[in-house]
Amino acid sequence: MTNDNVLLRVEDLVKHFPINQGIIIQRQVGAVHAVDGISFDIHRSETLGLVGESGCGKSTTGRTILQLYRPTSGHVYFDEIDLVNLKGNDLRKMRRRMQMIFQDPYASLNPRMTVGEIIGEPLVVHTISHGKAIERRVAELLELVGLNPAFANRYPHEFSGGQRQRIGVARALALQPDLIVCDEPISALDVSIQAQVVNLLEDLQKQFGLTYLFIAHDLSMVRHISNRVAVMYLGIIVELAEQNELYDNPYHPYTQALLSAVPIPDPSVEDRRRRIILEGDVPSPVNPPSGCRFRTRCKFAKEICSVEKPEWREIQPDHFVACHFAGELG
Amino acid sequence: MPEVLLDVQDLETQFRTSDGIVYAVNGVSFHLQEGETLGIVGESGCGKSVTMLSLLRLIPSPPGKIANGKALFLGQDLLTISDEAVRQIRGGQISMIFQDPMTSFNPVLTIGRQVSEPLEIHLGMSHKEALNRVVELLDLVGIPNAQDRINDYPHQFSGGMRQRVMIAMALSCNPQILIADEPTTALDVTIQAQIVELVKRLRDEVGMSVIWITHDLGIIAGLADRVAVMYGGYIIEEAPVKELYSHPQHPYTIGLLGSLPRLDRKQHHRLTSIDGLPPVLYEKPHYCPFAPRCKFAVEKCRKENPSLEKYDTSHYLACWVDTETGSER
Repeated sequence: MTNDNVLLRVEDLVKHFPINQGIIIQRQVGAVHAVDGISFDIHRSETLGLVGESGCGKSTTGRTILQLYRPTSGHVYFDEIDLVNLKGNDLRKMRRRMQMIFQDPYASLNPRMTVGEIIGEPLVVHTISHGKAIERRVAELLELVGLNPAFANRYPHEFSGGQRQRIGVARALALQPDLIVCDEPISALDVSIQAQVVNLLEDLQKQFGLTYLFIAHDLSMVRHISNRVAVMYLGIIVELAEQNELYDNPYHPYTQALLSAVPIPDPSVEDRRRRIILEGDVPSPVNPPSGCRFRTRCKFAKEICSVEKPEWREIQPDHFVACHFAGELG
Repeated sequence: MPEVLLDVQDLETQFRTSDGIVYAVNGVSFHLQEGETLGIVGESGCGKSVTMLSLLRLIPSPPGKIANGKALFLGQDLLTISDEAVRQIRGGQISMIFQDPMTSFNPVLTIGRQVSEPLEIHLGMSHKEALNRVVELLDLVGIPNAQDRINDYPHQFSGGMRQRVMIAMALSCNPQILIADEPTTALDVTIQAQIVELVKRLRDEVGMSVIWITHDLGIIAGLADRVAVMYGGYIIEEAPVKELYSHPQHPYTIGLLGSLPRLDRKQHHRLTSIDGLPPVLYEKPHYCPFAPRCKFAVEKCRKENPSLEKYDTSHYLACWVDTETGSER
């Protein structure tokens, strides 16, 4: 099953975080099932949106793909090379091709380093260039993300949230990666600044043919930027489809509820909309429900839902869903 | 003609900091009618929360100072009456819910104890009566097993449940005005929908007025009757909700609406971002605070600060430029 167009293939990825108890002798008493068996692929130069509510495992997915967390089981194929089995130098070489932009632009930049050092550090770590060459490259990168190259000698605290996020983008671009994992890159920013950063990301994608995994909880923004969208709930992907298809024909009851909960900035549309209000909260990932994860909040749940895990199936061409009754619900 | 409950005039609030005085609110006027929901929209630092905290006298002084203005609640000025009188109104006739339900509760007191407190203080109930009422209130806001949960502590509730408890507490003394300061910002979108529905239902049942502060133009669209947009410590546009979304006039409002992607839109258009950054308010702007970021700005915008004037029936605007023609009004 090889496809030249696929940059990243994730197979049955699992990440459990152990829960330990005891003071001297630590015993594992349980595990947080943060990511519990997910599979998808990302094509070259596309943006895959990964949406879900807090605690559903979307950030863990991003970090596990980059091997910042080592997966409990499963495979991550980057250009047909399985990252899970790589170590040391081999892994570092691969990391050059995949970078990350973090959510919090205040926490993800070292306050004691100048902007130039921050952006230049990947070049030093990967011994790509030295001295003046780094300075030139940093200036080039700053210009690329819409900042004044003279800012290289300043410190992060001198910048606003949106500008810091641009610095984060410049750092991610320094090694000319193929894949960038954007972990909620705009959630901490003001509305008018969000649009600036999203437009920048789109421009850079066009210019360099970048591939994005765009993790976010803002469904409107994900629809705007993504080619395909995957919806996560409690450690698994419940639905995945091309963006217009997913938003027009959601099959999974969770996707339907999630979409209906997003407010639309237009009072005349809001007047006519019917909300699906979900009862209760997301269950604990330490003890996820048996069978279908969503059954405890699903109004369509039947007996089979608590017994059998719904199969991941292709209900329409390129539209995948994990629900026993997908297509039969009103 | 419905009664005007709250009439705020020319409110100015400043903070003294080590870097100089921050002019957070620079002359804000608005009113709230009985049974009405007013939305106040703006980005962080625009003065929307400080406005509300000022009129409830919750600004710590020093460093804060209410420099000017009136806040008439049923005829009496909240800014000049005694501390004791304000305390009677706060939590009683006017109550407030906050953004972060984790930090606004006391972590070492049970929920029952905290929610019953305003009942004992404002309505003079005994502790036992108050606890019975708390169970009813928790039921009303949709907390399962309310009877058992009054002995739980805040950390034993999820974020959405905590926000419900906060709403129960705010509603306990049948307030005439509920001020909601970004109550859903910290919550997930499905939980946000639960809370918005809850407030809408309670508002219609109890018949109170609501001031809803948010940065999310989406929530306001389905909730408010009237919307005021704030920028740099000023209200720059105010209109009935449908009018504001269909005919925004201020370049900032237009930009804000353009920078929002819409879930119900298919076409992949570029977002119209607003360039530049929000102002730092170390000096009181003597010209339009939005002028440095405004693509319509003309000479006059950099010289004089426009005041909020009537643009159309019940549509108010503070701008020198006609955005349709691009020329001065």
